[in-house]
Amino acid sequence: MNGAHDMGGMHGFGPIEIEPDEPLFHGEWERRAFALTLAAGALGRWSIDGGRHAREVQPPAQYLDNTYYEQWLHGLEVLLVERGIVTEEELSSGKAQGPTDPALLKRVLRPENVSIAMGKGSPYTRPEGKPARFKFGDRVRVLNNNPTGHTRAPRYARGHTGEIVMEHGIQVFPDSNAAARSEGGNENPQPLYNVRFSAIDLWGEDHAVNEWIHIDLWDDYLEPA
Amino acid sequence: MSADHHHGHDHDHDHEHPRLSENQLRVRALESLLVEKGLIDQAALDELIDMYETKVGPRNGAQVVARAWVDPEYKKRLLETPDAAIAEFSFTGRQGEHMVVVENTDTVHNMVVCTLCSCYPWPVLGLPPVWYKSAPYRSRAVIDPRGVLKEFGTEISDEMEIKVWDSTAEMRYLVLPARPEGTEGLSEDQLIDIVTRNSMIGVETVSAPGSGAGS
Repeated sequence: MNGAHDMGGMHGFGPIEIEPDEPLFHGEWERRAFALTLAAGALGRWSIDGGRHAREVQPPAQYLDNTYYEQWLHGLEVLLVERGIVTEEELSSGKAQGPTDPALLKRVLRPENVSIAMGKGSPYTRPEGKPARFKFGDRVRVLNNNPTGHTRAPRYARGHTGEIVMEHGIQVFPDSNAAARSEGGNENPQPLYNVRFSAIDLWGEDHAVNEWIHIDLWDDYLEPA
Repeated sequence: MSADHHHGHDHDHDHEHPRLSENQLRVRALESLLVEKGLIDQAALDELIDMYETKVGPRNGAQVVARAWVDPEYKKRLLETPDAAIAEFSFTGRQGEHMVVVENTDTVHNMVVCTLCSCYPWPVLGLPPVWYKSAPYRSRAVIDPRGVLKEFGTEISDEMEIKVWDSTAEMRYLVLPARPEGTEGLSEDQLIDIVTRNSMIGVETVSAPGSGAGS
């Protein structure tokens, strides 16, 4: 979706605010929002792409007004309801109103499993998927698609031509992986490439000839150039 | 560093405090609901917070960089098979499943951004700073990298090539900074101490101790 999150190349946000001796969290609520999001994610009802999309679908003004962990908190509340873990009523009242799905109770993250689970992560490569249409050295153009759902093809690259400089193998496709499985979400694994674009091509003739922007893009985002 | 910016949040002080207490109440209510439903083990939350506050941070990445500086065979492995080379230190897992290491040289300067959200290599750098996740950095890194670098006090000559890596997928990028001149006599442990987080994001270069340059 063409949301406020897709901000590469936008103007007007001002200088970068660099906080000296920045703490990892600004206040206890950020700590808890962070940990709650990871622990709730371990219940397995949404993918990383579903998690990102829940933050992106906010109205642009709200997205831009939120601090970082406000995005997380918002996304978490949305997903808990959308994916059937808590009801709207439970969320607004703060009180549990019925039994919890036993399948979820089996997946609860326990303290003794935290470092193992985090240390393992969840790889996004897959042994097979859609055959590669492109290879190292190919010139490709990013399709000018504007899907209303989740996508990781940034707006600033659409319609532009670059060169494939890395092949990252077959990986899970975010556009289809964001939706709940019950709503038809699936991994649709396919080749992922790193594509190099010149700053002049992306931003115009007044940009430097020796500046390059590298973007990871999936096979379905591209066409031959 | 820009001394005129003292805070890392996006809101002015007039409505900061109501928002803060509202967020505290919201998180507390959500946590107690999930605990009541049996879906969250609070000891696991404490463990998660402790892990990222005390165990996983940029010191990990600094160890990788220092090893690459002193051991050419390790550097070769790091650039060619980064996942395995970083796993030699056991820095693996979430938000670092698929790593790419990009090397800064005399002719190329690399920097990393995530324009779409906040992708960042957690196992080697920990959680990202607020500026990395902020709209000014995400919007400008790809269109004005030299201007962004200047705000970090980093001057890159016009002759140097700049490569900006936008982390749009699950690949995570770590910059291998150039080893500064004048550090030939330093041990690996001493080198670890001079590698900064920002140099591994690519917004700064590494300076030799006592050189007075950099930050």
